[in-house]
Amino acid sequence: MADNNKYNAGVKEYRETYWMPEYTPKDTDILAVFKITPQDGVPREEVAAAVAAESSTGTWTTVWTDLLTDLDYYKGRAYAIEDVPGDDTCFFAFIAYPIDLFEEGSMVNVLTSLVGNVFGFKALRALRLEDIRFPIAYVMTCNGPPQGIQVERDIMNKYGRPLLGCTIKPKLGLSAKNYGRACYEGLRGGLDFTKDDENVNSQPFMRWRHRFDFVMEAIHKAEAETGERKGHYLNVTAPTSDEMMRRAEYAKEIGAPIIMHDYLTGGLSANTQLAQWCQNNGMLLHIHRAMHAVLDRNPHHGIHFRVLAKVLRLSGGDHLHSGTVVGKLEGDRDATLGWIDIMRDSYIKEDRSRGIFFDQDWGAMPGVLPVASGGIHVWHMPALVNIFGDDSVLQFGGGTLGHPWGNAAGAAANRVAVEACVEARNTGRELEVEGKDILTAAAKHSPELKMAMETWKEIKFEFDTVDKLDVAHK
Amino acid sequence: MSDVQDYKSSLSDTSSRKFETFSYLPPMTAEQTRAQIDYIVSKGWNPGIEHTEPQNARSNFWYMWKLPMFGETDVDAILAEIENCHKAHPDNHVRLIGFDNFKQSAGASMVIYRGKTV
Repeated sequence: MADNNKYNAGVKEYRETYWMPEYTPKDTDILAVFKITPQDGVPREEVAAAVAAESSTGTWTTVWTDLLTDLDYYKGRAYAIEDVPGDDTCFFAFIAYPIDLFEEGSMVNVLTSLVGNVFGFKALRALRLEDIRFPIAYVMTCNGPPQGIQVERDIMNKYGRPLLGCTIKPKLGLSAKNYGRACYEGLRGGLDFTKDDENVNSQPFMRWRHRFDFVMEAIHKAEAETGERKGHYLNVTAPTSDEMMRRAEYAKEIGAPIIMHDYLTGGLSANTQLAQWCQNNGMLLHIHRAMHAVLDRNPHHGIHFRVLAKVLRLSGGDHLHSGTVVGKLEGDRDATLGWIDIMRDSYIKEDRSRGIFFDQDWGAMPGVLPVASGGIHVWHMPALVNIFGDDSVLQFGGGTLGHPWGNAAGAAANRVAVEACVEARNTGRELEVEGKDILTAAAKHSPELKMAMETWKEIKFEFDTVDKLDVAHK
Repeated sequence: MSDVQDYKSSLSDTSSRKFETFSYLPPMTAEQTRAQIDYIVSKGWNPGIEHTEPQNARSNFWYMWKLPMFGETDVDAILAEIENCHKAHPDNHVRLIGFDNFKQSAGASMVIYRGKTV
């Protein structure tokens, strides 16, 4: 101890200060688990301690100003190390950060620390942030989703089933009036929402304001025609947050129920600002995740999507794209189920079989609706309803617009299919086993569904039904 | 184009009006309605019955038929109240709701009797 109280210039090994296997994390600590691929020959404890140091108080050398504060209080601590099952090149390091290290309500600040300079650190070959435990004390400082699932159901008057959406295609190049036409056709056919694609912002072929006006007319007419409530995710993502807010204000002025933002390319500062504005202005907020795969796809480097999902829930959003499970992401079923729970539930238990490293308590913070979108069509409906349950948005783009009779027929096909699946599920039928029978029976009353089923090839329903959402974890 | 089917829906055709969940399916048979009530009861939700004049269907607040049937698990009793509501208001839409008091939301909501749509 005496040595520690004197200033000795020079380089100390990180593990002397930042490796504390005896440490018991506090309920208020922010906990993180990193998957670390060290350079050859560097001991695990030293690398783990280095990550703890570089993501909290430390730098590469001792500085005299360290002694002006209580560094033992403020430092991050590496408190545990675990093997990565099936991969000897890397290991898991668990790090605890005192809550005082982070500005309240700032996902910007948390990520700047945890995935900042440390990711370029030379002693590492690769680094991946696998999970974060946000203590309830920190959760309470964040605004969270503007409205949440229950409020959205009340605003949109949708109960007892998943919501249905469709992304308008082609994603670029349509004029505002043609674009509004595509929305109107989908909405009158039975969709709840249509959606701007992520890169529809305000290009020369369709400036945002014309798009908003034509789409709003599409919503009004489809609502009058069907008697149901409709929306369109008006993308307000913009070059500056001032411009983003201008578009959001206009969407509110014309009565749009929901707007949209890309939280990663737009940035977390803008996203949090927009989410708070949405909460104060009664608007729903749909969140797209463009750029996520840059961050989350490499199994050894980057940020896992479950972290990005937690960050979004805290920054604020009512919808978030989650993957579909049944499409290209089949192998990720368990992991996807894990982060869907992270989006929606109020308390999620640690469950390594779903990649969840920590218990996460969200307290009263509202949930986020997972959005299943991309490469899905009507034959996937039974599996989607089974996997995602009612609290989700099922979004068919090509699976709506590609119907041989047009968008309205494509929308009606999906609406009939989702209702038939929900009705069957409620009576106790196994959707992933009996899916074909359920859809075939429904198609007898719906030529639109029959046509859709003929157009898109049947997929097989041979999943083992043991891996349903509410089954006991492994 | 002859094989493309027109989508029949318009402002002037009142059969275009829908009623949210299950309204894109054919009207439920008595047996199907019973099965949905079974589901509501099995979830522990409280059944409630509401009705409205068709011209006011877009309001959030339909008229409550009595009070939600808190704790009622007898499917026949719930069916009987739906019938009573329908008999008292034969021209109105009548819907059945399953109130989930934990989520403060409706776990289920479906129109059982459709009045004359406008």
